[in-house]
Amino acid sequence: MENKWFTISVYSENNVGLLNRISGIFLKRHINIESLNVSKSEIDDVSKFTIVAHTTEKWVHNIVGQIEKQIEVIKAYYHTDDETIYQESALFKIASGLLFDERQIQNIIKDNNAQIVTVSRDFFVIAKSGRRNEIDEMHDQLKPYGIMQFVRSGRISVTKDEMKISAILKEF
Amino acid sequence: MKTVKEKKKGTDSKKTIKISGAEAIIHCLLAEGVETMYGYPGGAIMPVYDELYKFQDKLTHILTRHEQGATHAAQGYARVSGKVGVAIATSGPGATNLVTGLADAQIDSTPMVCITGQVTRQLLGTDAFQETDIIGISTPVTKWNYQITEASEIPEVMAKAFYIAKSGRPGPVLVDITKNAQIDAFDFAYEKCTAVRSYKPVPKPKMSAIEAAADLINSAKKPFIVWGQGVILGQAEQELKDLVEKAGIPAAWTIMGASALDTAHPLNVGMVGMHGNYGPNLMTNECDLLIAIGMRFDDRVTGRLEDYAKQAKVIHFEIDPAEINKNVHADVAVLGNSKDTLGLLLPLIKENKHEAWHNGFKEKYKIEFDTIIKNDIHPTKAGLTMGEVIEEINLASNNKAVIVSDVGQHQMIACRYAKFSQSKSNITSGGLGTMGFALPAAIGAKMGAMDREVVAIIGDGGYQMTIQELGVIFQHKVPVKIVVLNNEHLGMVRQWQELFFEKRYASTVMVNPDFVKIAEGYSIEAKRISERKDLKSTIQEMMASKEPYFLEVKVEQEDNVFPMIPSGASVSEVRLK
Repeated sequence: MENKWFTISVYSENNVGLLNRISGIFLKRHINIESLNVSKSEIDDVSKFTIVAHTTEKWVHNIVGQIEKQIEVIKAYYHTDDETIYQESALFKIASGLLFDERQIQNIIKDNNAQIVTVSRDFFVIAKSGRRNEIDEMHDQLKPYGIMQFVRSGRISVTKDEMKISAILKEF
Repeated sequence: MKTVKEKKKGTDSKKTIKISGAEAIIHCLLAEGVETMYGYPGGAIMPVYDELYKFQDKLTHILTRHEQGATHAAQGYARVSGKVGVAIATSGPGATNLVTGLADAQIDSTPMVCITGQVTRQLLGTDAFQETDIIGISTPVTKWNYQITEASEIPEVMAKAFYIAKSGRPGPVLVDITKNAQIDAFDFAYEKCTAVRSYKPVPKPKMSAIEAAADLINSAKKPFIVWGQGVILGQAEQELKDLVEKAGIPAAWTIMGASALDTAHPLNVGMVGMHGNYGPNLMTNECDLLIAIGMRFDDRVTGRLEDYAKQAKVIHFEIDPAEINKNVHADVAVLGNSKDTLGLLLPLIKENKHEAWHNGFKEKYKIEFDTIIKNDIHPTKAGLTMGEVIEEINLASNNKAVIVSDVGQHQMIACRYAKFSQSKSNITSGGLGTMGFALPAAIGAKMGAMDREVVAIIGDGGYQMTIQELGVIFQHKVPVKIVVLNNEHLGMVRQWQELFFEKRYASTVMVNPDFVKIAEGYSIEAKRISERKDLKSTIQEMMASKEPYFLEVKVEQEDNVFPMIPSGASVSEVRLK
């Protein structure tokens, strides 16, 4: 079975230690977590983990089964990339002088549909959301001019099909 | 504990009393029906021990000689009684010493609640004396764990701990309680937990799956049942027997499932797995329908998965959805408690017999008997065999004893040859293979079933891993029978070295002390035998004794356990020598 990218969505209670429990399931199987995001979900008081892993369907099935078994996990799902709408966000911190000295930087921002979040005397910050490869491309374009700081978030995603989690919660 | 959300009813009308957290813990244990617990005191758990002193007429605390012993005793207690075993320890090393027992209980689905003391809340994260992150350490080996830092959390968390430990697929729960939470007073009221919103312990059986299973069973020509501990945990022994008899299906067991069906039942064809019986292993790859009930296809059961029952349709009766398709693909998965699902299945099953198919098992048994079993239990050579010792125990106990085995050759021999006429009679460390399990587990087993005879079968290696628990047997006069099958080796490792490592016997020769003198040091009646002529009478004497009894049997040093499926081989490649 070939390795593929999977997005695992976990709906859970917001409890101390649950992240440790979930990451331990990957650790035990020697599978790397490629990206991780934890946020609130569409349901009040329910947290959502979005985890990206590069593995086989057999393993992701096994992992999701083990995650769902954890007491504080309400429901877990996995999806392939073409079943989800997903993106990441990135921030680039660039020296302010470059904005005026290097005309190309403004074009890069425009061409990538990025936004300037803040401008100060010393630096400005560009925000870019999109697919990993789009952010990487913009990173490559800005790199020759010098990037003071760069950060990219974990993947966030929603599924094309209904997740049916609300129906499950109504049964409680 | 603001994040735990449960259904509650009428909590406002609860009567409260103002007591310390430590006293509250005792009240919680009493409310959960705990009568016996095992543990070891220390600084961070002293307020609870102070309350145990006050409540000693209601709650028996057994001081084991090591915290690991407390967990295994709690496991033995749980496994024979079906109740939740309880172990208690202090912070730091007390807590870390519980880890092996937690891991054992996790993999063998044993209901257990462990309580650990923790440094006071203000000291958490300061590397205080005997501070250790037992929540972090125990997370992978617990069904659930929780750190209580305020006394007011105690009743809700303790109720939840017991509920989670025993419901659904059982498992160990650890509750870590900071010292301030033990000392502080609060308004206590207790209410048992009956549901946790994010936890569905038992999937609801689907009639469509049960009907699909019944169709497969009714049309199968060569059906084969393999059952595991799920039958015992689900209390489905009668339903299993009814199914086996009604459909006339040969049935075999994993070591965790042993004793759920009488060994003498004509359709009980024996044990599957690495050292299981010849027929069940071979016929796994001959059957047209494999009916797995409450078992999880451990690698020691399946051998090489690519060659496991590929010709057969597979029905998997299972309480834990995560086990479905984990190792073996299920054509039909029947989720639910085994008692419920088998109960729903039975009316749909047509009466049937599969005599020719069953005869195949009998023929294989004859081959195994002639080449192995005969020599194991009725040997003609001079040295004693482990098998004949087990056979004498069967005879002397009328197949009614609880057999608690440790890990290694003697364990496989005990599981192969012990005869059971009653469920919950085979207590062993199946999944984790914890050497040192048997002596403390036997103590717990005896206390959990005082009316039953408990015989611990232990190798000379594993015995010395928890030998200090003789102190408990001595102090409390626990009338367990301890049989050490001494071959002066770590026999199973030695066997592998002989077969797979060209006889390079690295660190497997045991230089043993005088076990009889050690037992006598604890005032336990002790005997050593090394000749066949003394075997029957000594075992009869041991079984007739009302006191603790230690028997060392010097057995052949280089006997091997067969049949054997070499690690990574197919069940079809089971070796008779």
